[in-house]
Amino acid sequence: MTSTTLRHSIWILRGNPLTGVAATGVLLLILVAIFGPWIVPYDPIASNVQEALLPPSAAHIAGTDQLGRDVFSRLIVAARLDLAIAVSAVSISFVLGAVIGSFCGYAGGRLDRTVGRFVDVMMAFPLFVLAMAMVAALGNRVENIVIATAVINLPFYIRFARAEVNVRRNLGWVEAARACGESHISVVLRFLLPNILPAMAVQMSLNLGWAILNAAGLSFIGLGVKPPTPEWGIMVAEGARFISTGRWWLVAFPGLALMLAVLCFNLLGDGMRDILDPRMRT
Amino acid sequence: MSSLPALFGVLVFTFLLMRVLPGDPAVFFASGPNAGKEEVELIRKQMGLDKSVPEQLTLYLYDVGRGNLGRSMMTGQLVTKDLRERLPASLELTFTALLIALVSAVPLGVLAALKPGSIIDHGVRLFCALGVCVPTFVSGLLLIYVFYYLLGLAPDPTGRIDVFTSMPPSRTGFLMIDFLIAGDIDGWWAAFRQLILPALSMALFVIAPLARITRASMLVSLGSDFVRTARSVGLSWRHVVVTYALRNAILPVITIAGIVFSTMLGANVLVEKVFSWPGVASYALDALLSSDYAPVQGFVLLMASLFVLVNLTVDVCYGIADPRVSIE
Repeated sequence: MTSTTLRHSIWILRGNPLTGVAATGVLLLILVAIFGPWIVPYDPIASNVQEALLPPSAAHIAGTDQLGRDVFSRLIVAARLDLAIAVSAVSISFVLGAVIGSFCGYAGGRLDRTVGRFVDVMMAFPLFVLAMAMVAALGNRVENIVIATAVINLPFYIRFARAEVNVRRNLGWVEAARACGESHISVVLRFLLPNILPAMAVQMSLNLGWAILNAAGLSFIGLGVKPPTPEWGIMVAEGARFISTGRWWLVAFPGLALMLAVLCFNLLGDGMRDILDPRMRT
Repeated sequence: MSSLPALFGVLVFTFLLMRVLPGDPAVFFASGPNAGKEEVELIRKQMGLDKSVPEQLTLYLYDVGRGNLGRSMMTGQLVTKDLRERLPASLELTFTALLIALVSAVPLGVLAALKPGSIIDHGVRLFCALGVCVPTFVSGLLLIYVFYYLLGLAPDPTGRIDVFTSMPPSRTGFLMIDFLIAGDIDGWWAAFRQLILPALSMALFVIAPLARITRASMLVSLGSDFVRTARSVGLSWRHVVVTYALRNAILPVITIAGIVFSTMLGANVLVEKVFSWPGVASYALDALLSSDYAPVQGFVLLMASLFVLVNLTVDVCYGIADPRVSIE
């Protein structure tokens, strides 16, 4: 990062302090995901039936669930799994999408049109349904939630990388690289890909929030994560049974955790986009 | 029409997904863990699972072509019959949600665009930023908490109608319309009260993208030459905004509305589960959790067909909103 970019970033951060807040939030989330199990006040899976369904109090700041487990401790420990699912899914689609998209954008022609068409159609399809069918078919396991989330994210990355490479493929420095005897593969992997990475990173941050929501949705309907594993989606699902009798904390706190995580990633992505390309601001 | 190959692709894809992968449904549907080998074999034969995969696929495609989606092991009925019975519930929910979303998002977007940087604008942006972050299942449950438990305004969140109201004679399958035809206002009100919370929680999630695109597109259109001209010739502000600016800004909104509709078809799964709504999505979910292939395939196929229909509708709306876009 050159000093001008740095100064530009600081200038943007001053105009939009939310980005700083969001970045702090994401950092905090990562720290919680790493150190969660060591900082929780209670064992997240030890049940204690005498203290079941207690509302939030000083001892249990987010209350207890139907088995007397501390909701706050479970929330903290769940951060690792939720984040791991989203990050690994998005990473898979990021890598695959960047490579496939770049090659299509670079090659152009028939292959590009076919892939482009396929991607457009896929993006308009109810993706959650697709993810659901995939998890069901591949087997009801956490790895398959990752795979399904990766697949439904893939079209966004392919489309993005393709468009970004397409506008660059005939630029001077690409031609120069070719003239120097670089092979097509090397032009794409060593010149074009690094060039579009910053823009892709923004896309990734915006996408992480969506991936978290999708993964939580899948475990909410009973796919993937199995109880008693703490996970935000499944915590909401377990709390759902008690909402009509007024036990709001079982749903509200995991919901809040989901919301804050997604909000931080979205705001961070928006802020990064502003730094990268001020014209895209909406 | 270009989405038809996609429809076919989805068909083959779901079939392969459901067949090639592990889990033996024949064992699942046998009488129990002690079921004899012959019984499992019999069920397998009944389900056509003893044939090779390409053979099964050809048979399946042939059946679909004739409108036969197979039989659900769970309900024992034909999948087409099950889907037909449950589709109106899902559609009624989705359409109501879309209506709520459009009716609130478009004015919000326009208001925000009229005064960029104002409190309204910031309010709309905040609402949009938060709206996309709250999962539909959480907002649905919180709505139940507030309106059913705390305020007592909403009925018990179980299904389309409460136990005390009798169903109207089924004409369209849409309860809102059937009750009106039957002239049963109390029934209509009961069904409406059941419908409003799930529709609202689904709408909340999609207001954000709609309002955002309306705002962006209105900003462009308000800054254009024709709006300046319209104002300079002395047309009323209201006339300029509604007739000239909004009309020109609506195209991107239609595009996003199409995408939003397909998102909502997916969100149906979550909302129907939260509100015990007897729609196609909850049917497919139950089938899915008990590895009953046929309903899941039928559901995905139904979604794909709806998706083709939506795309067609979007194209037609495009032509109406902007006559320069002709349907080729």
